[in-house]
Amino acid sequence: MCQCLSNTRDMCKGRQMPIMYHSREGNLFSISGNLTTQYPQAVGWAMASAMKGEDNLAASWIGDGSTAEPDFHHALTFASVYQAPVILNVVNNQWAISTFQAFAGGTREPFAARGLGYGIPGIRVDGNDFLAVYAVTQWAAERARTGAGPTLIEHVTYRASAHSTSDDPSRYRPKEEFEAWPLGDPIKRLKQHLIQLGEWSDKQHEDLEKELDKHAADSWKEACTYGTMSEGPSLDPSNMFEDVFKEMPEHLKKQREQMLAEGDK
Amino acid sequence: MAQMNMIQALNSAMDIALSNDPYVVLMGEDIGYFGGVFRCTEGLQRKHGEHRVLDTPIAEGGIVATAIGMGVNGMRPVAEIQFADYIYPAFDQIVSELARLRHRSAGDFYAPITIRTPCGGGIRGGQTHSQSPEGIFTHVSGIKVVMPSNPYDAKGMLLSAIEDDDPVVFFEPKRIYNGPFDGDPDKPARPWSTHPKGEVPEGHYTVPIGKAEIVRQGNDATIITYGTMVHVAEAAAASSGIDAEIIDVRSMAPLDVDTLRTSVQKTGRCVIVHEATRFGGYGAELSATVQEECFWHLEAPIQRVTGWDTPYPHAFEWEYFPGQKRIINALRAVLEA
Repeated sequence: MCQCLSNTRDMCKGRQMPIMYHSREGNLFSISGNLTTQYPQAVGWAMASAMKGEDNLAASWIGDGSTAEPDFHHALTFASVYQAPVILNVVNNQWAISTFQAFAGGTREPFAARGLGYGIPGIRVDGNDFLAVYAVTQWAAERARTGAGPTLIEHVTYRASAHSTSDDPSRYRPKEEFEAWPLGDPIKRLKQHLIQLGEWSDKQHEDLEKELDKHAADSWKEACTYGTMSEGPSLDPSNMFEDVFKEMPEHLKKQREQMLAEGDK
Repeated sequence: MAQMNMIQALNSAMDIALSNDPYVVLMGEDIGYFGGVFRCTEGLQRKHGEHRVLDTPIAEGGIVATAIGMGVNGMRPVAEIQFADYIYPAFDQIVSELARLRHRSAGDFYAPITIRTPCGGGIRGGQTHSQSPEGIFTHVSGIKVVMPSNPYDAKGMLLSAIEDDDPVVFFEPKRIYNGPFDGDPDKPARPWSTHPKGEVPEGHYTVPIGKAEIVRQGNDATIITYGTMVHVAEAAAASSGIDAEIIDVRSMAPLDVDTLRTSVQKTGRCVIVHEATRFGGYGAELSATVQEECFWHLEAPIQRVTGWDTPYPHAFEWEYFPGQKRIINALRAVLEA
């Protein structure tokens, strides 16, 4: 949440748009915002893991639309050639902003089928079935860890809400499409499954929802005390000159001095 | 000390890097079993193994992307792009990913990659084997851009680049791989053994990135140049008798402004020479810098001698290539102004 606010506790120090966060400790790589560029990077990361004799694996996710990028082809080619321990996921949520997955060729052949051309197992899974996603990911991870190579997983799902806060999906798709979408809400489906097994109840679910809502609201409130874009403590703008290089070169030192001397606006 | 041409010097640098650091890997098209189209990696796969010297698919974007992933996971990849003319499919990975990774993650992730790529003309390479795209990369914040002009610098700067924790795009002027070139294609080729910078230590040493070198002391005018054109400029000064001070920039980004300033303040006249096209090129940055730093010392408008603003023409290479005559004309222009 601090990252979304670009505040004094933002791990990106105000250099990235909301949700482009990362966690070194959590092994979550920096998100770039360019589409599919990180797919072949994950392959390289996985190759290095194999080179070092470690059993770590890399996983990357892209959308249906961005399978059309050349990086998709690079990732699958390099993953196949070097048998990299990587899980390549395509989250096929049907919509790339306003264009249906057909514009990436998804209605001709499933995205999972792209794997076959590269000699990579391609699996299509009901992306709204928590247990199916879990099982297939486990299987792919086991393959990666045991040196059996990469796996391509297509998660068939649906983008129920807008692409972003500035997007209005009613301009390009029927308003009621979401209700007609047959795969259902993945949380509701998992909940029903657990209730049927006798492992969960409506009451427990409601309590958990309340707890999580409160956790989110409290976290937001706390995050705001570390600054929002308009109020409270703020980052020192001159930090923009840091981390361009490991050590700041002369021309950046000079520009930083100039910025500080001239003040803002 | 040993006699080395630029290819042998680069090979020696990579050999040492592979021997000293188990995390260094080489990767690129034809660089492994075959040893590279210019032989820069010859014998290195045989010596260091297929897992250290990787032949890659023909996909420059994929090479740089996987190198980034490896770099983030603790490796120190040296990627070869076979010709600078082929670097554009990797442009997005270099500009949007490699150059910004450290900044966008506030220092939590970085990829210490060196991208080696042969550049420049004079080899009858036509428009797809002759380009000088350094100015496209110097415009990008977050990468270092260098171009050595001799075997000694090539080895020392490549070791600096590989050991650097920031990404470095390392341009190799291929016309002078085998010997210095004075701009006259009709003269017999001259080997590096006839040049003092063909003397190269066999062991490890570095030449720092960010430092220019004065290759000829002079008082009448300053020539700022790099790569192949260093040698053409030296020949132009010699044949014209003009007492020019010649600066080999070596490191385009970061730029050694101090050396430029001191020289131009001394001579008061400045000619900028590069093979690349002129408009919006790196020479414009040099010119602007000299103007900002030395305006009150300048006795004449700064001259630029560059490739023409056309695609590199195969059959008219020597009309395009900025040779001695054009450099001498520019020197006369600044001296007579």
